Amino acid sequence: MFYREAGDFKTSYGSDSQTFPIKFDRMRYYVVLVVAFGVVPFIINDYWANAVFVPFLIYAIAAIGLNILTGYCGQLSLGTGGFMAVGAYACYKLMTAFPEVSIVIHVLLAGGVTAGVGVLFGLPSLRIKGFYLAVATLAAQFFLVWLFNKVPWFYNNSASGQISAPERTVFGVEVTGANTDAWAKYMICLVFLVVLAWVARNLTRGTVGRSWMAIRDMDIAAEIIGVNPLKAKLTAFAVSSFFVGVAGALFFSVYLGAVEVGEAFGINKSFLVLFMIILGGLGSIFGSLAGAAFLVLLPVLLKNVLVGGLGWPTDLAAHLELMIVGALIIVFLIAEPHGMAQLWRIAKEKLRLWPFPH
Amino acid sequence: MNKMTSEGYTTADGRKIGGTLMEMKNITLRFGGVVAIKDISFDIHEGEIRAIIGPNGAGKSSMLNVISGFYVPSEGEVRFRGQKRPQMRPYQVAQQGIARTFQNIALFKGMSTLDNIMTGRITKMKSNMAQQALWWGAAQREEDEHREAVEKIIDFLEIQAIRKTPVGRLPYGLQKRVELGRALAAEPKLLLLDEPMAGMNVEEKEDMSRFILDVNDEFGTTIALIEHDMGVVMDLSDRVVVMDYGKKIGDGTPDEVRGNQEVIDAYLGVSHD
Repeated sequence: MFYREAGDFKTSYGSDSQTFPIKFDRMRYYVVLVVAFGVVPFIINDYWANAVFVPFLIYAIAAIGLNILTGYCGQLSLGTGGFMAVGAYACYKLMTAFPEVSIVIHVLLAGGVTAGVGVLFGLPSLRIKGFYLAVATLAAQFFLVWLFNKVPWFYNNSASGQISAPERTVFGVEVTGANTDAWAKYMICLVFLVVLAWVARNLTRGTVGRSWMAIRDMDIAAEIIGVNPLKAKLTAFAVSSFFVGVAGALFFSVYLGAVEVGEAFGINKSFLVLFMIILGGLGSIFGSLAGAAFLVLLPVLLKNVLVGGLGWPTDLAAHLELMIVGALIIVFLIAEPHGMAQLWRIAKEKLRLWPFPH
Repeated sequence: MNKMTSEGYTTADGRKIGGTLMEMKNITLRFGGVVAIKDISFDIHEGEIRAIIGPNGAGKSSMLNVISGFYVPSEGEVRFRGQKRPQMRPYQVAQQGIARTFQNIALFKGMSTLDNIMTGRITKMKSNMAQQALWWGAAQREEDEHREAVEKIIDFLEIQAIRKTPVGRLPYGLQKRVELGRALAAEPKLLLLDEPMAGMNVEEKEDMSRFILDVNDEFGTTIALIEHDMGVVMDLSDRVVVMDYGKKIGDGTPDEVRGNQEVIDAYLGVSHD
């Protein structure tokens, strides 16, 4: 009923392979974009920006990045926090070294630096798979955090060992620093997310994406039909790390403003992003967004209901959150390994016919 | 078959077969102390259907793996289109125009039929990553062009209805057909089929035989196949190599092979008295 295909004929291969082949879906997507760009910036306040929207947008970028590597290419990584730290520190060094260059360029360059580091730590993937690769990326996580703590050059010899973002503007509007407006933070993260999600979609539906998925599903067969495994795996590491690096740069410069590496980019961050894609759906861009939204909103919701509504102590609510997330991951892994994205697909299949049985 | 030369020959039913496409020269393959293939030589002519048969464990699949570059022979050389093939990775062999299917289906289970067959054309895709990231220029054009070629294969194999179905959900017979489609998508010079009819019922075998003959006939693709069903092998193939315990015990037309005493012994056993 809502997702009618009848009468919606495709006359070219281009229109048959578009992202939203069903008209209603396409319209809904445009509505979401219009609301995100045209309505939310005008009503957003500091609380909503800092508690919900900005972390969601940034984690969504990181989740798409990890999903490219783990969900599309099948290479498990536990180094997301470390790669986010690379993005953050690269951005910090660039911001302080070249203050006259736009922050947008710095964030993209920080992504590029992270891509390079990601490829370096991706090299073992050519020899090892699965759990062993996960352990190798775990080593990257600990090594990178240690490196940024240990070498004062990375934090410009500041006494606290922290890095803090100087004030920078885009088109005359301040986007980093203490006096940034909520809507400006929101907008810059939104633009990055929309552009990067579009890029991720393009890559995953084309030749590169198919070679990633081929490696994921059956690596030997992929090589025998002509996929270069070296190229496929390293491009996955590069693109994934680029996304994660951009997320790290934004997380530091726009969201937190000041960062201590072990606290902001520890192993917990790696697991958080991994849980996002497991819950949201491996191998799905929408799943990355859904997972990020869910794990950003859940603590806010629980806090409001349990602490604000029922008057429970804060630490109890925090513990309960961990238990709920853990339970949900087990439930999803057993009941729906493809996550919320798959639930959404099933719901759409049902809606195509509803309320008529045929 | 009239006289057999490296220039080609004419089959019993009057089809003209071209010159030598691939030549295996004194191939030996060892895994540690185990000798899987012992000093085997044979050739594959352009346009013919060449079968490799033999009892279980004879080394047929190993031979196919040598051809597709998955195993490197311990001794001997592989000559392709008149030139000695240097040691190369399997994906480089694929780029030379050799495609194959697998004994146990090796499809990409999470991808749709369409994406599986599109992946088969990967050796022909030229657009770079920046173009693909922006879905611009060559990337978009290429996608549509290759889609058209893939749709022809889908029509040819009569699998239009399952175009967008993830292959993991398809029944066995259709999966075999999709795998053939994926190999055909590369427009190979030489197509290797590892037991294309294994586990099929009579109707499915007939369908598959028809596809194999059509591929050979319509696209002129050279085919080397391994098969256990003797009826199928004798009907389809122009020439047959028989292997037993890693050695070649027979080579020739189906009729010649059928009358070969060594082949009969290998298949039926021989009394030791």
